[in-house]
Amino acid sequence: MQFGIFTVGDVTTDPTTGRTPTEHERIKATVAIAKKAEEVGLDVFATGEHHNPPFAAPANPPVLLANVAAQTERIILSTATTLITTNDPVRLAEDYAYLQHLADGRVDLMMGRGNTGPVYPWFGKDIRDGIALAIENYALLRRLWTEDVVTWSGKHRTPLQGYTSTPRPLDGVAPFVWHGSIRSPEIAEQAAYYGDGFFHNNIFWPMSHTKQMVQLYRRRFEHYGHGSADQAIVGLGGQVFMRKSSQDAVREFRPYFDVAPVYGHGPSLEDFTRETPLTVGSPQQVIERYAAMADEVGDYQRQLFLIDHAGLPLGTVMDQLELLGGEVVPELRRIAAARKPAHVPDAPTHASRVAAAGGGRDATVHAVDEVTGLSPEVAR
Amino acid sequence: MTRRVVVVSAGLSRPSSTRLLGDLLATATVDALLEGGLEAEVDVVDLRELAHDLTNTLLTGFPTGGVRAALDSLAAADAVVAVTPVYQGSYSGLFKTFFDVVDRDVLRGTPVVLAATGGTARHSLVLEYALRPLFTHLGATTVGTAVFAASEDWGSAGGAEQGLTARVQRAGAELAALAGARPSTGPRDLFADPVPFEQLLSGG
Repeated sequence: MQFGIFTVGDVTTDPTTGRTPTEHERIKATVAIAKKAEEVGLDVFATGEHHNPPFAAPANPPVLLANVAAQTERIILSTATTLITTNDPVRLAEDYAYLQHLADGRVDLMMGRGNTGPVYPWFGKDIRDGIALAIENYALLRRLWTEDVVTWSGKHRTPLQGYTSTPRPLDGVAPFVWHGSIRSPEIAEQAAYYGDGFFHNNIFWPMSHTKQMVQLYRRRFEHYGHGSADQAIVGLGGQVFMRKSSQDAVREFRPYFDVAPVYGHGPSLEDFTRETPLTVGSPQQVIERYAAMADEVGDYQRQLFLIDHAGLPLGTVMDQLELLGGEVVPELRRIAAARKPAHVPDAPTHASRVAAAGGGRDATVHAVDEVTGLSPEVAR
Repeated sequence: MTRRVVVVSAGLSRPSSTRLLGDLLATATVDALLEGGLEAEVDVVDLRELAHDLTNTLLTGFPTGGVRAALDSLAAADAVVAVTPVYQGSYSGLFKTFFDVVDRDVLRGTPVVLAATGGTARHSLVLEYALRPLFTHLGATTVGTAVFAASEDWGSAGGAEQGLTARVQRAGAELAALAGARPSTGPRDLFADPVPFEQLLSGG
């Protein structure tokens, strides 16, 4: 099972000091957090994509992920999420394939639609087309990665004629794709149809809802013939704040919780921790809570934690990573491995996908000599 | 199959004349259903108990506390009695807040009787200019007779044709007729039958 962190890159005032980081500080902190995630032994670092304040997340995640790839060795770089609606699938195909080469395959993506209406027209789109864009754009993206030459027409962008997306995916194998959705059955259906992963970012939702969405995805995964329902590839969000003693954790986190973006000024910390996966307490409490998630959704493949939002200072985030990597994840890994039946797969990686494809191959498409009609190597 | 009558009451005081009006309408509906040979059960959603949770629901985006159960109850309703006190010439904010967090299409086609209470009968048209458009927007089927109970109604029996009791019975009979005429389908489960992906791909 993979464990990691995901960040939304919010630039939020620390309510305990009144200090707001600059964008520069936030961006550099994000890189430091990603490097630390690898250092403490986590498997995945994922970044959000944002186009508006108060976020300093990249508008194009490969920019950040390429920088992190250059400074890490092992950790998988992912997104949470890549906007499949407002981004041109042609650019996504190119940028993520390029990133895949730079990162030697340590890349996957999570598709999301984005729920901020005003963002869509900034990119010439309309939020009312959200689902339709997610479906059409992703269908095209897949073709651009799997077919060397694509002729295509659809509703939401100009047609393509004899188009080749470059670079071709590393080893001829496209990055693995997760589809993230909180409450759209269409997206669970999409993930199931393709046999892709399904990620439920349940951090603001009760488990009863998460369970419904995951069950739908699992059932449809089996329906489309990718394996049995319990072999579907499931990821969950999570949110934790830890100190050695749970009283210290609650005391320290409460001022951040009370005014946090999204849920601040709403339910009490106690209500929210009861109803959502937010766990504020000792590492042992986090282990107990998250070890039980599989009882609800079945054995799953990826758990990402949100630990760096709401104005928490970098030092505190680093402490969280130490606790996650040092105490929590090793134990959760052990528990997950002990309960997972042999026929339930791990999350796909580049290596496992290359192996499944019968080995890697160079997929370079060489330009054609216009006079002879031959590729440069042959023409030479 | 047993019909489910759900009363949504935004009355705040205890005891509440708004809740009382809701109960009277529910009883009249159940009696009328029984006359038609249909069993019925009543579930009351008392919004006063959900006031804090409804605010949290607005802020978090998911139904917190008892709101989930109330929404589930509404989604499973075969008939709804919606009753609110009149505040500043309209339904109360609490009443509107509840219907603000109802998912789209949950009430589509559901028979609803509209009712309100107020200090004076001069507010009775609130049923027509405030409540009925709200439920039209929600896609509900509102029955023709809506019931307004002013302070004066509670103390006077009224005539056989015009009194509160007569109006409640007429509205209950109309609601029962609609509820009895349609099959009891239970709540719509968005997750049970997804649109097949081939259909989504082809723009369906």
